[in-house]
Amino acid sequence: MSTLLGVARRNTELGLMVMAAVLTAGAYALAGLGRSASLPANLVPFLIVILALLAAAHVATRHFAPNADGILLPLAGLLNGVGYVFIARLDSDLAALQAMWTALGVGAFVATLALVRRARDIERLRYTFALIGIGLLLMPLIPVIGQNINGARLWVKLGPLTFQPGELAKIALAVFFASYLVEKQPLLAMGTQRVAGIWVPNVRHFGPIVLAWAFSLIVMFWEKDLGSSLLFFALFITMLWVATARNIYLGIGLGMFAAGALIAYSVFDHVQTRISILTDPWSVATGAGYQTVQAMFAFAAGGLTGTNLGQGSPQRIPAVSTDFIFAAIGEELGLLGTVAVLVAFLLMVGAGLRVAMRVESPFEKLLAAGLTAILGLQTFIILGGVTRLVPLTGITLPFVSYGGSSLISNYILLALLLRISADDVERKAGVA
Amino acid sequence: MNAQIRKLGVVMIVLFSALFIQLNYLQVIQANDLNNHPANSRAVVRDFSQPRGVIQTADGTVIAQSVPSNNAFKFQRQYPLGPLFAHVTGYFSFTYGSEGVEKEYNDALTGKARKEGFNPRDLLIERDKTGSVTLTLRRDLQELATQQLGDRKGAVVALDPRTGAILALADYPTYDPSSLASHAQEPVRQAWTELNADPDKPLLPRTYRERYPPGSSFKVVTTAAALATGTATPTQPSYPTLRELPLPNSGGQTLANFGGGTCGGPLPEALRVSCNTSFAQLGMDLGAQKMSGAADDFGFNKVPPIDLPYGAASNFPPASSFARDQPGLAKSAIGQQDVAATPLQMALVAAGIANNGVIMTPHVLAEIRDGEGEVLQRYQPKPWLTAVPPSVANQTRDMMVGVVAGGSGTRAQIPGVAVAGKTGTAQTGLGKSHTWFISFAPAEAPQVAVAVMLEDQPSANEFTGGALAAPIAQAVMRAALSL
Repeated sequence: MSTLLGVARRNTELGLMVMAAVLTAGAYALAGLGRSASLPANLVPFLIVILALLAAAHVATRHFAPNADGILLPLAGLLNGVGYVFIARLDSDLAALQAMWTALGVGAFVATLALVRRARDIERLRYTFALIGIGLLLMPLIPVIGQNINGARLWVKLGPLTFQPGELAKIALAVFFASYLVEKQPLLAMGTQRVAGIWVPNVRHFGPIVLAWAFSLIVMFWEKDLGSSLLFFALFITMLWVATARNIYLGIGLGMFAAGALIAYSVFDHVQTRISILTDPWSVATGAGYQTVQAMFAFAAGGLTGTNLGQGSPQRIPAVSTDFIFAAIGEELGLLGTVAVLVAFLLMVGAGLRVAMRVESPFEKLLAAGLTAILGLQTFIILGGVTRLVPLTGITLPFVSYGGSSLISNYILLALLLRISADDVERKAGVA
Repeated sequence: MNAQIRKLGVVMIVLFSALFIQLNYLQVIQANDLNNHPANSRAVVRDFSQPRGVIQTADGTVIAQSVPSNNAFKFQRQYPLGPLFAHVTGYFSFTYGSEGVEKEYNDALTGKARKEGFNPRDLLIERDKTGSVTLTLRRDLQELATQQLGDRKGAVVALDPRTGAILALADYPTYDPSSLASHAQEPVRQAWTELNADPDKPLLPRTYRERYPPGSSFKVVTTAAALATGTATPTQPSYPTLRELPLPNSGGQTLANFGGGTCGGPLPEALRVSCNTSFAQLGMDLGAQKMSGAADDFGFNKVPPIDLPYGAASNFPPASSFARDQPGLAKSAIGQQDVAATPLQMALVAAGIANNGVIMTPHVLAEIRDGEGEVLQRYQPKPWLTAVPPSVANQTRDMMVGVVAGGSGTRAQIPGVAVAGKTGTAQTGLGKSHTWFISFAPAEAPQVAVAVMLEDQPSANEFTGGALAAPIAQAVMRAALSL
């Protein structure tokens, strides 16, 4: 069923995938050389694994979504590859696991493409997704299986498996939001009155916002997960704003966010600590601000061109493989490397928004915008935290950080974006 | 919704632009400040995990080197000759930083000083970018000077007056820098504590960082000042033969000659026997302005620009301090009261006379070579100060030759070579004195200038600079001239 456009897109994707593979393999070789002046012995098997995974993902799009966008997957592959190079350089034990997570991530990508043959199929499952999303979000609060790690309760342990359900919840909730908001859109957009020159929505439409807000607060209060809390609320407000085109929701959202932040600041020590790290990391440089200060030193040590792969000392930053992996990139690849990563994310966001603009179905349009917003916002929240632009909140850098839940959910997110883009082409070509 | 999605795109671009700006701020604008931040130990660890070039003497003996190590840092610094060059090389310690040449030439040793363009080869092949530092010091002279000092606290400085190149920089007591360069924190901390608690201060480089009253060795400066200002000539005036000189406005104080002797006569005679009464009178005749000016011209009250860290300035009081203190001026003219000089400074006084009045910049660096043996930098001798005109230097030299030929410094004589010198014995109270000898040879074409100082020797006639310090200077000069 591939269209002419689809063929061109797949060939573009193939070319870009090859480039991503070459960059990853080259960086891996350099990282090995930088550390021990010899090529890593496990280079060849590793290359095969990565190339096989990238090839599998590409073959899957050819097979299941031949008309899908052609640049999103290579960008994700590149980020995943660069992330892997840094994880392998930082911790060889984590590298083996990350390779497995990558395989599972690509598996989830293929499965999503295979199962979701048309994006509109999932529109009907709105409340299922709502339940799944809420369930996943609250899962860490369940006694016995919920785990506290580093002071935040966002982990679930089932047998030998530990995962962060919040990562998957964001996708389920995006699906629910998209479906719900599209249905209520006329109500939410029209059910407004003009008061003193601005559109003010009817009070009863505040319900969903208050609900989302309360939910965010629960995540923040009981799971102590500032990053996810912020991401969920921002996602909801963004999608509401996109759906209704009413700036008032943005204003209300910001106001409620400010209120929530104020409450959090006055109630929680750790929120106050995060703010003090942001405003003056030096006074707590050996304590709470150690991580941030070491990250700043890492960025500075990298300078414009970096210390070269394998030749910096990013191990000094706590959690450098997960939340702070960007600081390791900053140290060893310099400003050139960090900006390249930034551009890769911006290109992904751009491609995602282009998918949203082109697609005609309101649900798919809103879902694509929502998924892209997750990607962009999450990237901004963690990178802003690591670079001391906004308060630090512990979330992962999509595709780059170490972590199974993160990789798998981001690959599912990617698969949904590709599915939406493919649907649109097929519908316009009359093949679907 | 497309309008909103477009706006969302703009919001994303704004957010990412903020990240871009912040990255530029961290990695470019603020990078230098962050790299040099006191809380940042990255630079230290990086230096310790890098290869580091050797430090070697002029004759090619390696006195500091890095060997591979198997711990957190990839290299261990070693000092094969132990304490011999400790106060020259200094140490390279993770816990206590660095000292001496290790500190002064850190950038050269790590290869950081090397400015070169990007070379694609560097991505693939690890090249030895470290620099080796070759010093002007000679191992044989350093060993001889150290051996001559024995277990007497003191210092020996030998240099080439024509270039300022330091040939030996020895002192006692000293320490083994390897004890501070170990990677094992606890032994290093213990060694450091012990070295610092030692009342004899083994960590102190006495040659260039400690000041002592120079006593009569300072009369060389007073002599040169008298000749340069015309206050005295080799024949005029003839100072009265005295046992002691009454000091004006002192309530009846007098200044006596060493050992209660009687002396006087014209300047060469006064210098030959180191006559205190004559020089005290000469100092007062010169006046505070000319006396302080002459000391400044020889480098007092300035840190000599030697390429070693934390050098000390020698002290001669300013002219204003003598306004109501003629006795102080008289005592300062013979190197007492508040006059204090490093052994290096007194060696530079001798070197200035030897080199026609010009004091060359003292230095320990001969050259820096890169890992491939290519010379990156060769030290170019340069003058530091012009102390006196050549004619004055020559007249002073002739009088100093008299000191060794038949005065207080006869024990510095070298057969067949004219030696110029001056003794000094500065009483410190409590029956002790610092004994000095400054000299150079051959007098007519000097190749080596030496200052020897022995701390806290008993105050008696057999423990003068002429008796104790002159033989050390003689041995060092003789070896330097390869005789």
